[in-house]
Amino acid sequence: MNGYSADEIMTVTAARALRNGMTCFVGIDLPSAAANLARATHAPNLVLIYESGTIGAKPGSLPLSIGDAILAETADAVVSVPEIFNYWLQPGRIDVGFLGAAQIDKFANINTTVIGADYAEPKVRLPGAGGAPEIAACCREVIVIARQSRRKFVERVDFITSVGFGDGPGSREYLGLTGAGPQRVITDLGVLQPDPESCELVLTAVYPGVSSAEVGERTGWDLRVAADLREVAPPSQAELAVLRDLLATMPAGE
Amino acid sequence: MAAIVSLSEAISATVHDGDTLAMEGFTHLIPSAAAREVIRQRRRDLTLVRMTPDVIYDQMIGAGCARKLVFSWGGNPGVGSLHRFRDAVEHSWPRPLQIEEHSHAGMANRYVAGASGLPFAVLRGYNGTGLSDRAPSTRANIAEIVCPFTGERLAAVAALRPDVTVIHAQQADRAGNVQYWGITGVQKEAVLAAARSVVTVEEIVDKLEPRPGAVLLPAWAVGYVALAPGGAHPSYALGYSIRDNDFYVAWDAISRDRETFERWLNNHVYGGVAEA
Repeated sequence: MNGYSADEIMTVTAARALRNGMTCFVGIDLPSAAANLARATHAPNLVLIYESGTIGAKPGSLPLSIGDAILAETADAVVSVPEIFNYWLQPGRIDVGFLGAAQIDKFANINTTVIGADYAEPKVRLPGAGGAPEIAACCREVIVIARQSRRKFVERVDFITSVGFGDGPGSREYLGLTGAGPQRVITDLGVLQPDPESCELVLTAVYPGVSSAEVGERTGWDLRVAADLREVAPPSQAELAVLRDLLATMPAGE
Repeated sequence: MAAIVSLSEAISATVHDGDTLAMEGFTHLIPSAAAREVIRQRRRDLTLVRMTPDVIYDQMIGAGCARKLVFSWGGNPGVGSLHRFRDAVEHSWPRPLQIEEHSHAGMANRYVAGASGLPFAVLRGYNGTGLSDRAPSTRANIAEIVCPFTGERLAAVAALRPDVTVIHAQQADRAGNVQYWGITGVQKEAVLAAARSVVTVEEIVDKLEPRPGAVLLPAWAVGYVALAPGGAHPSYALGYSIRDNDFYVAWDAISRDRETFERWLNNHVYGGVAEA
């Protein structure tokens, strides 16, 4: 309809948030596509770090898993799993970390553990924490990528796997979390960012053709809209061409 | 010194019913052939430990080997859910599965503590998460501590000390010294934390040639070495094989219902066919 898909504008929006020379902790799927798109366009010196221990990976094709051989073969250094978390992530050496979410709440807390109020008898068992809690705690900032729905964007997550802003202002400091926490939530409708005072996620940008009312309808809390709501520039032909080339290289997966 | 034996001898000598068994390999060098051997020997009531219980633990859980799972991320990487794991947690099939879950950093540090001969390790994390206050089995192994020097509030995680750890490596020499390279994961810590260990290898060579970034485990730190070429499939061994991405995708369909899974088990594990 617009000449690009929701996944494409999400990926392009995430890529634009990355600056040349940044260090970036990358997950698989959309974050990996976004980081590699940034590296192939405006941020050639972006340092890609995968939790498998590959630092400075320069894959020519998109990996299906965080442990694909191409990441190890093109990395500046390959370190052990204890080392990637203890020496590289924990001290705050990494500028930006990407996280996904099965649920996210208005204080940007993230659930990837269980759906349902009872941990012992979950409605849905999700994969669990992985590297996310420490990425959320220790990266200088976090970018969350999640498709927007009332079931996913909830008032309060069923389980806090990774802390965003906890109960609100002061929580991160109280808990001793060193990074700034989620600074952008990139969805298939636009971008939410934390209000500097209340820490509550606020709609700050929408994609072309999306109204703030539509975003509100797909949010499970009373979503506030920023006074200076922006419209995200659509993906350029150049961005789309590079992204599609990258995706065409990815091994078959879901 | 490491004993060089067959895979079936190595597993029967080390893995007993009720043991705590760690099988490590972080996306690379996953000891898949050894996992199938554990299933084939019909071990029961195991506490399975693994940071990323992917396809191999899905198979072992579905085959009824496990009583408990200690892990940090349970999914089919790049594909989706682990259906046998979910069936066990959500419907107790084929038997109830207790779970104890951590973060990757928490698990890695638990192995570091075990390898170091310390009762716990310290990290910055867990504070404010449901893992530290809502998950009873997890909470038993993490605690908030205050730094005696700075007063900072940090997380202590209890050491992991498996009865046995099994890993896969590229090479051993004839004395049983082991070398692996590429993504090296947490295998060194898992072996050194365990009371017993098995290393399956792609190849046994006369002399180990130094490789950049390689981990070398001296023979006296390893229990058993067993030759298992292709033993990491569907993961890979850098320099020997490539990741079989199609298998991970195919596993989604195989594991989705109980009947197709049991057919796979009969054909590819109990039937003794030596492939995935």
